[in-house]
Amino acid sequence: MNAGIPLSYFLILAAVMFFTGIYGFLTRRNLITILMSVELILNSVNINFLALNRYLFPHKLEGFFFSLFIITVAAAEAAVAIALIINIYRRFTTINVEDVNIMKY
Amino acid sequence: MTLNQLMFILFASIIVVFSILTVTSRRILRAAVYLLFVLISTAGLYFMLNYAFLAAVQLTLYAGGIVVLIIFSILLTSHISLKFEPVEWKKSLFSALAAIAGALITIITILDFTFSATNEAAREVNMRLVGKSLLSVGSDGYILPFEVISVLLLAAMVAAIIIAKKGGPKSTDTQTSNYQ
Amino acid sequence: MTDFNYTLWIFLIPFLVFILLGLAGHRLKARISGLLGTAALGVVTVLSYITAYFYYFRTAGINDVFRKITVFDSTWLHFTDTLEIKMGILLDPISVMMLIVISTVSLMVHIYSLGYMKGEKGFERYYSFLSLFAFSMMGLVVATNIFQMYIFWELVGISSYLLIGFYYQKPEAVRASKKAFIVTRFADLGFLIGILLLSFNTRTFDFSVLTDPQGTAIAHSSGISFLGLSVTTWSMILVYLGGVGKSAMFPFHIWLPDAMEGPTPVSALIHAATMVVAGVYLVARMFPVYFFAAPAALEIVAWIGAFSSLFAAIIACTQTDIKRVLAYSTISQIGYMMLALGVSGYGGHDGLGFMASMFHLFTHAMFKALLFLCAGAIIHAVHSNFMIDMGGLRKYLPLTHLTFLIACLAISGIPPFSGFFSKDEILAAAFHHNKVLFFIEYAVAGITAFYMFRLYFTVFRGEDRHYHTVPHEAPPTMTIPLIILATAAAFSGFIPFSKLVTSDGKAFQTHIEWGIAIPSVLIATTGIGTAYVMYVRNPSLPGRIISIFKHSYKLALNKFYIDEMYLFITKKIIFRYISEPVAWFDRHIVDGTMNALAIVTQVVSFRIREFQSGQLQKYAFFFISGTILLALTLIYLLH
Repeated sequence: MNAGIPLSYFLILAAVMFFTGIYGFLTRRNLITILMSVELILNSVNINFLALNRYLFPHKLEGFFFSLFIITVAAAEAAVAIALIINIYRRFTTINVEDVNIMKY
Repeated sequence: MTLNQLMFILFASIIVVFSILTVTSRRILRAAVYLLFVLISTAGLYFMLNYAFLAAVQLTLYAGGIVVLIIFSILLTSHISLKFEPVEWKKSLFSALAAIAGALITIITILDFTFSATNEAAREVNMRLVGKSLLSVGSDGYILPFEVISVLLLAAMVAAIIIAKKGGPKSTDTQTSNYQ
Repeated sequence: MTDFNYTLWIFLIPFLVFILLGLAGHRLKARISGLLGTAALGVVTVLSYITAYFYYFRTAGINDVFRKITVFDSTWLHFTDTLEIKMGILLDPISVMMLIVISTVSLMVHIYSLGYMKGEKGFERYYSFLSLFAFSMMGLVVATNIFQMYIFWELVGISSYLLIGFYYQKPEAVRASKKAFIVTRFADLGFLIGILLLSFNTRTFDFSVLTDPQGTAIAHSSGISFLGLSVTTWSMILVYLGGVGKSAMFPFHIWLPDAMEGPTPVSALIHAATMVVAGVYLVARMFPVYFFAAPAALEIVAWIGAFSSLFAAIIACTQTDIKRVLAYSTISQIGYMMLALGVSGYGGHDGLGFMASMFHLFTHAMFKALLFLCAGAIIHAVHSNFMIDMGGLRKYLPLTHLTFLIACLAISGIPPFSGFFSKDEILAAAFHHNKVLFFIEYAVAGITAFYMFRLYFTVFRGEDRHYHTVPHEAPPTMTIPLIILATAAAFSGFIPFSKLVTSDGKAFQTHIEWGIAIPSVLIATTGIGTAYVMYVRNPSLPGRIISIFKHSYKLALNKFYIDEMYLFITKKIIFRYISEPVAWFDRHIVDGTMNALAIVTQVVSFRIREFQSGQLQKYAFFFISGTILLALTLIYLLH
């Protein structure tokens, strides 16, 4: 199904997605949107893994399984992060990263 | 232009556009929905790469699980009509410069590099293979990461419950007001 | 008993008692700590007397020469192969004589203090300080080298400081102790520089090398000169400066009268009998160097001694505080001793002045300690220091009266009391050396008799003052030392000093020079007579005389304004024109530089702190930018 599409297309797409995620991570203030940026970054990595696996080493399964694990880790991470965010919200009634600062200094 | 290419361009443009919208949208719920589009298109790319199982996982776990989770937490923490303040232009500019520079370098490097593929026959990734590999040792055996991941999931589950559980007297409302 | 090893205990025992009382004194009962200190000093006294007996009569007098015996001498600080500081015990006629003086007077003062200081707060502290003093004074006199002497010299200064400031709640006492410490310390700076110059010149600290008349140290001493005097002379003058400070000679005498703020027994021990004669002892110890290598310095010694004795005697006539009169009298008598050393020659009968000085040191220690202890008994009885509050005490304090009279006669030089003999030797030595000095001392002898009997007549004769309680005789712990010291003051003149303590260790014959002695006795009698007329017969006479010599009286009463001059020089000149600019420089330039550094650091830190904002996104930004730059460098620049 991927005939006619060069590997580099996938990689470039993943790179763009990755740096979009980075941009979001750097600019967003809301913790949930930061989490969303992180999801973007993870997805772009997944695309990379799968594309390289399919194009360069089709007889192997590493890329596939690592993507699988990354999805699992992302799910775990999202669960914990959202638990944290809700707890933070309860304490500070805000989830703005710049306002959550009592542990600083 | 083949259908494959057409599909790829469709998915790629959806991903790029909605990625950017996800990180720039000033309405948080919309951002979550844009993210959902991105994730679904990514699942489409997985289909194109012939990893049907993973595409299904992506759809159920990401699109069905994580995004729903995110939307729930958004509803819990923000007002539905909340609109973010625009990002400071300085911060936005520098972050964009960094991101664009990084993207450019990566892309240039990718284009420069010649990838050499093996000539081995491709392997069909079906459910049987996945299940066997996850539970076997030796080459193509992933039992160790599988076990690690299962422990991680258990830990995450416990942690999420403990963290999100309403704590003792310290987290009462009278206490939280002190921090404001 | 002739190896003298036990002499180590003479100064170890007081030291151990000091440590014991200083650390654990507050746990002991006051009486027990006092008795402990006294008993320890009793042992020391016995040891000192044993030492003296064996030194003078058993060991040293072989071939009629007293040798210097170094009991032991161990290295304490090793500087270079040729220069090291030792600690040891040196026995020679003067150090053994000093051991007798110090232990006797110390023991008397210890016993006396049991009564005098009874019930005082800090009784055990007092005794521990007394032990410290005994230890350091013993160490000073038996020093084998000039540096050991300097160390103990400073230690006696410290004990003096501690004891003057014993009543530390009294601001005057605190001020007096600071004054004593600073003034003597200032003089000791000269001493230290002198030691360094001398040791640099002679490459040794050791007395046995330094003071050997045929030794290399003296022979090498001439050479480099500065302002017309040889370096040795300068160093000896500087060493003498230390002695001037410690012995309260003019112009460093100002601390001694103020030091009378301390307890009276302390004044007797430290500021009359022992510590203040350390300057005399120093000059005596270095005498061969002075005589052979620095005759100009010796001349200075003589003149400062003569001037101080006259100067202090005049002031003593006008003072009204009984202890201050005695303090000025002490200065005057030490002036005598200095003068005697200054006019002395070396060896045989030429060393008469040296012998007379040591003789006078001995007799003076006895009668001046007695005078102070009597003064203590009087103050104890009338609760005042001032002569105006005293009068007619003869019938209340018969014993004190008798002992005080003996001491007065001794200091005035009336035969057969001890002062007569020693003073006669000094006058004889001065007569053979310099007639001007001789006549000054004649005059001082008269003035001494006058002011001592002025004190005696005002306190013990005259009419009764209004006393709050009837004065009564002191307890036996105080009167027994008085009787013992009075015996010593009366009869110590018969000790044949010329056989025992001489400049070169050889005995020589002396006889009383009646041509000098008779006039001096006559002058003393005249002084006593004048005092009798002025203060017993015709009590209105002093007032009339004062009104005639109003200005000179005022001058003497105010101690010739020396203290005010010091204050003027220090406050108006040194503080204002030196210290204040230095302080300004320190505060603005030195501190300013430091502050500027701190401020610059602070400002820079405030700027840098921006990077450490604790904001996750800034960190991420820097991290990503850094990664990109690193990637750029690795991919493009390093290829």
